[in-house]
Formats: sequence, structure tokens, C-alpha cells
Amino acid sequence: MYIILAILVCAFYGFYIGKKKPLRLIQNKDLTKLNSSPNYHGYYVFLWCLIPAIITFLTLNFFSNFLIKQIVLDLVPEIESIAKTNIEFVYNQIKTMASGTADAFSADEKLIVAAEKYNELISISNASIFVICICLSSFLLIFIKKKINLEFPARKKVEKFIKLFLLICSIVAILTTVGIVLSLFFESLKFFKQIYFFDFIFGTHWSPQIAIREDQVGSSGAFGSIPVLAGTFLITLIAMFIAVPIGLFSAIYLSDYAHKKVRSILKPLIEVLAGIPTIVYGFFAALTVGPFIRMAGESIGLDIVSESALCAGLVMGIMIIPFISSLSDDIILAVPQRLKDGSYALGATKSETMIKIILPAALPGIVGSILLAVSRAIGETMIVVMAAGMSARLTANPFEAVTTVTVQIVTLLTGDQEFDNPKTLAAFALGLELFILTLFLNLIALRIVKKYREKYE
Amino acid sequence: MSNIIRNDILTPVSSKRTTKEKLFKICGLSAIIFALSMLVILFTTIFSKGYSAFYQTRIKLDINFNEELIDPTGAREITTLNTADYSKLISQSLFKFLNIDKSHPKSSEIKSLISYNSFLTLRDRVLNDPDIIGKTKKINLIASDDVDQMLKGNININIPEENRKITDFQIEAIEKFKSNGNILTVFNKTLFIKSDSREPEVSGVLGAIIGSFYCLFIAACISVPIGIFAAIFLQEFAKKNKVTDFIEININNLAAVPSIVFGLLGLSVFINFFHLPRSSPIVGGLVLALMSLPTIVIVTRASLLAVPGTIKDGAIALGASKMQAIFNQVLPLATPGICTGVIIALARALGETAPLLMIGMIAFIPDTPIAITDPATALPAQIFMWADHPERAFVERTSAAILILLSFLIVMNAAAIYIRHKFEKKW
Repeated sequence: MYIILAILVCAFYGFYIGKKKPLRLIQNKDLTKLNSSPNYHGYYVFLWCLIPAIITFLTLNFFSNFLIKQIVLDLVPEIESIAKTNIEFVYNQIKTMASGTADAFSADEKLIVAAEKYNELISISNASIFVICICLSSFLLIFIKKKINLEFPARKKVEKFIKLFLLICSIVAILTTVGIVLSLFFESLKFFKQIYFFDFIFGTHWSPQIAIREDQVGSSGAFGSIPVLAGTFLITLIAMFIAVPIGLFSAIYLSDYAHKKVRSILKPLIEVLAGIPTIVYGFFAALTVGPFIRMAGESIGLDIVSESALCAGLVMGIMIIPFISSLSDDIILAVPQRLKDGSYALGATKSETMIKIILPAALPGIVGSILLAVSRAIGETMIVVMAAGMSARLTANPFEAVTTVTVQIVTLLTGDQEFDNPKTLAAFALGLELFILTLFLNLIALRIVKKYREKYE
Repeated sequence: MSNIIRNDILTPVSSKRTTKEKLFKICGLSAIIFALSMLVILFTTIFSKGYSAFYQTRIKLDINFNEELIDPTGAREITTLNTADYSKLISQSLFKFLNIDKSHPKSSEIKSLISYNSFLTLRDRVLNDPDIIGKTKKINLIASDDVDQMLKGNININIPEENRKITDFQIEAIEKFKSNGNILTVFNKTLFIKSDSREPEVSGVLGAIIGSFYCLFIAACISVPIGIFAAIFLQEFAKKNKVTDFIEININNLAAVPSIVFGLLGLSVFINFFHLPRSSPIVGGLVLALMSLPTIVIVTRASLLAVPGTIKDGAIALGASKMQAIFNQVLPLATPGICTGVIIALARALGETAPLLMIGMIAFIPDTPIAITDPATALPAQIFMWADHPERAFVERTSAAILILLSFLIVMNAAAIYIRHKFEKKW
């Protein structure tokens, strides 16, 4: 910490120096002689003092920690026989002992030696890093100061740096995607080394729980993802049956029938549905809707389980309504007024104009919004975790319990984890499947919506 | 267009067409009514189930701080005071009140009227003030969750004894307490000052709220600056080329990636690769930061776009550089819009559960987290765990925790709306 502080002090001093120098160089305080305002000279020196030193600090710190770990662990020879996770544990033990919080009497002799060595190495490395960073910072301060003269284009250079910084920030988005793809891909690759790829994609039997019992025949478990996907699509379909008509009709009413004032109240109210956390919907589904559907089924002689696909789909549909209504509302409003006027002029009523003119014109945009909603429904987790079942079955009956991709990911990854187990890795394979599926839907939907927007702009 | 010019449109407005028109309008209206009624049902269900968790039953008992039981030697050493059997004091007081003997066959039923953790209350009392030993004091102790639920009317006492959680003998005892005015209903402070517990009557959401706060704080520290800078670059500086197109598609797509996928990313990158501690707010914050980043970029770009280009042109015409025009003129004008968007994005992150499940923030953690690397849970994850408990008292607490979460969200959204109305300029 104090190293960063020292670098900062150096950098602020650099700012002061950088700002003063051009002011000293010019006569009669005639600022027009300067290429850039003195502040920019200050910023320029500041950045040169700060950034290289910080980068050096971080890299040196990383490498020294790595080296220290190697040296310290070499002092504890029996380490090689212990598993990899235990090495971390031993190292953490040494570290707590070194900080003096752990009870040194109860510990192993070797660990105490290692802890002492650790303390020694840490102080050496900290001191050397401190010296290196401060030297670098002050050297750059002197060097850069020499460069400053009246014609020095400090503003341009600083702005160039800021622009680069902004670019780096926007690359974080790419890095996130790369991170997602790589992490899912490599974990899935490990999974497909153990489970045949086509068994996963086309298999119709899913029961990952078997896989942990090694004595059992066929201990590889069954990892056919078709029933899981089928459950996902069934619930999504039910959700869409609720959300599409209601969302669409709401959008039509809001955009064309509602008074402006009424609209300004109703629209945010419907959007509240989208702002409610999904866990709340899940709780609502499990506690209220599930038993209600079962009771309703009993009263008409139907046997419906509490965790039926219908329940999860229904509640998910309610959640999705605002996604469809808001986007469709915008899209309907974007249809040019002249199309509407033309239709009214021909004597069509409002509903006829809507059905025959506006909706066909807005269709691509509406399809886009529905696709986005479908992608949302497929990836939705908490509602199905709390309201849908665990057992994977291939059925189209909405009154039965089905499972979804997200439910399986959650059940496979909560609880104890070992990362060479196909059961755990299967979650990543499912995650990859989910990611690819939603990626396609999103890309298509975003493309359609964008094309549509351009058409009427 | 040719398909619309059919006879029915060219004829005068017939009654058939007006009914159709009315029907269409009714459909639209009923869709809205359905959506809103679902909203109302949702809120009323949660509220009606949850409001009762904000008060709690306590039983007033005359506790005799018997010196022989607590500290027979009279030395008042801390270790003796710490390890004394305080639950015995409670059961003695209960037996005395109900006039039963220790050997009574149902004495254990009576003991379980008081929360199991109540001995801690007595211990703290004694440790704070050792002079209390030897005296008799009236103390309000937390009743067990079954008693609490019965008095709130959540346990049906008319069904056979073996089917309910509370026995006839216990009910008799409770009635006696009640007639003597020893049953108190007080505000449930425990809910706000305690963390998770196995016993519903002493469990609270403090740890979860602190965990959520840490996560959100870390997420905001990372995603807000990066998101705003990325948006400035994309909106103002990026030249139209393949790279910026790619970044743009990327961000739009990331905003629609299921949240659970971000959880998987956090698990394999932050926990398995960088070895950050599992269940810690720092990992939770990082994941939520990545998740809210695209939304922040999108809203910031929209706010920047809403500022008229003439302002930038004016600044440039007066001699400012493009960078100066954007940072000194455009950005301040876009700030209200950016704030609104950022608050809404963070509110969404606050309610997010799925990614937190992936990084192990659903563990039973009775301690309140202090550092950002301590194991912690978050409010939505706490709700998820409580929702899994079968006890009726936890259903009530789950709903209460949801109400607390919703009130946080309402406050954040209200702030966003306020900022929008107060500061946003219409050009």
C-alpha cells in the first residue's frame, strides 16, 4: 500500500513541476506563447510518473509472490505428496502464521521455519520493489521535465493517452465475452473428453446423479441433454403463450388507445413487473401459484403436481410481459404517422388500421422483441429453480414436472464440487449450450430490430 | 396496400365493424388489467405473508439469577460466568410459573416454549452486570418460533395434536402466560441486527444486507467508471470500422446474456483461475460488475446522444479541443441521464440471484462479514435459502426479507426517477 502512496506522491510532485516549468519559461505571463495550457504539462508529467511505475509495481509484485511461494514451499519437503488443493491450504497456514495471528506453539517445526523465511522474503521483496518503483518514477520525472519547452504539445499527448484509456475501457466488454467463451469452452472440452459429444447433444436420457457412484454399472451417468432442452422449451412456450398476447395487446392499447396521461402512468406500472427480482417471482410461484394450480386441477379432476411446467411457465410469462410490451410499444410508435393517416383517410377504424397497416409494418420489430423475450425466458433461472422440477423427462404435458437447463446448472454446481467430475463439468457444457442458444437468438433479434429502426429513420 | 381496399372498409361504418372495434379495445384494456392485477396479487401475497415477521412474541419471565447455579464460589471469574448453565435458570423459572416439577413427563415441551438461544441473553445480562446475581428480575425472552406462529394464527390448533407442531400441553401453558399478561408482542429487532441462524426466531438479514452492500459497492466501483468511459469512446471517438462494430455488437449481446452464464464465468475465472475466495463479496461484486457493465454502456450512450450536437460544435468553435468539449460540456449535461441509468442498472444487480448461486454465496453464514474477502451471503441469496426451509416461521421471514429487498429497490428507483425529473433537460 505504501508503495502506491509513494508513487502517487511522486506523481503529484511531477504535476506541480510540470505545471511550473512552462510558466517559468515564458516572459510577461503571456500564455499565448505556449502550445498547451500549463495544466496539461502537469498532467503529462503526472501520467509519466504514475503509469509506468504502477505497471512495474504490479508485475514485480506478481512475480515476487510467485517466487516466494516456490521458495517457501520448498522448505516444507513433504509437500510434493499432497494434493494441489492442500498446497494452497498449507501456504495459507504459513501466511497466517507469518502474520502472527496463528498460534505458533501448536504448529509444525517446519511450518514455523517456513513462516519466518516467508516474512524475511516479503520484507526483502517489498523493499526492493519500493526502491525500483521510486527510482523509475523519479527518473522519468527528471527526464520528462527536460523535454518540456514552449512548443511542447502537451495537450495533444495527454488527450492521446486519454483516448487510449477510453479504448481500453471499451475493450473490457470484449474481454468479458472472450472470458465467457473461453471458460465455458475449456471446461466443456474437459467434459467432452469423458462424455461422447453426440451423446450429450442427442442423448435422450439425463440423470447426472448416477455418475458420482463409481461402483455402479454405467458409472459414466447419462448426460443426454435433449430432455433438459425439451423442458426448457416447454416452459418457454407456455411463458410465450401468456406474454405474447398480453404484451402485444398492452402495447397496442398503450400506443394507440390510451390517453397520453393514462399512458404515462400505465407504462411505468407495467414496467415495474420487469424490475421485480426474479427470486421474488420464484417465491411467488412456489408458494402461491403452484398450490393454486394444483387445487384448481383437483377441483376439475386433473392431477397436477405442484412443480408443474404450467406454474413456472405462467409466472415466467408474467415476468416477460413488460419486455414485449415496452419494446413493441416503441416499435409501433415508430411506424410513420403517414401510414396511419392514409388508412384513416380511407375510412378504416382504429382496429382495422392497427391490424392491417401498423402491425404488418411493425412485424419485424415485434418479432425481434419476441425473440429477445424468448432468449430471456430460456436463460431465466430463479423462477424455474424454485418452481420447476429436478427430474428430466421428455414430455409435452404442461401439468407434469420438467426440468430446464438453468435448473440443472444450479443443481450440478451447488454443493460440493470437484473439477474433474463429469457431473460438475456437465454444468459448463449446459452453460455453453445455453450461451450459444441465447447468442443466436440475441444476434438475430438485435439485427432485426436494428434493420427495422433504420427502415423508418 | 391493395389488400386493405376491400368492400368492408369502403362501406359506411357498420354495426359489425363497431363491435369489432370495441372488442379490440376491450382486449387491449383487459391485457393491461391482467398485467396490473398480477402485480397487485404479487405484492399483496408477499405483503400479507411477510408483514407479521416484523413483530415477534416474547415471554416475560421472572428469572431468579441463582448464585448457586451461576457462580457457586462467588469469585465472579469470567470463565465461570461464561460457562454457567443459563438455560437451567430459564427452565426453573418456567417450571415455577406453571407449578410443575422437573420430573414432569412433559417438562421438555415446556422448555421448548422459549427460544433455544435465550440463554445467551441471560449470559450477556450477567456479564454486563455481575451484581444481578442473586436477584430476581423480570426479563422478556424471545419465544420459540412455534409459539410465535401459533399466536400469529399460523398454526391450526383444531387439528389433531400429532399433526401440529405445538402440543396441547404447550397451548395450555401459553394460555396461562397470556391470562397473566406475560405474552408480549414487540417489534422484531432481531430481524435487522442478527445474521442467519438455524432457529428462525433469532435469524436476521443484517449479514445479508452487508454482503449485498459490499457486492454492490465493488460492482459500482468497477462498472460505473469503465462503463461510462467505454460509452464515451464508442459514442464520441470511435470511428466507424470493423473493430468498433464488433465492440458494439458485443455489448448489445452481453446485455442479453443470461445472468447465470456470468455466474459460470465468475466460477471458472475468478475462483478457479485467480483463486479468489469462494462465497466472498469481492467475487460477487466482480461478477455483478461485468453483468451491469453493458447496461451502463448502453444507457450512457443514450444520454450522450440526447445532448444536442450543437453544444459540442459551439465549444469547438470557441477553440476547445474535442476532448475538452466532451468532458467539459457534453458529459456534465448528460450526467442526470447517466445517473438514472446507472442507478437502475445497479438496482437490477442488487436483485440478481443466479450468478451468486454459482460462486457459492448461498452458504449458511451466521457471522456478519467484515472484510470483502470474508464469506458472505447477499439479500436475494438469503431469500433463496430461507425459501427452502420448511418451517412456517421461515416462510414469514422469507417474505419479510423480500419486502426489505423490494424497499431497497423502490428507494433506488425512486431516486432514479427523481433525478430524471429534477435535472433532465428537454432539448
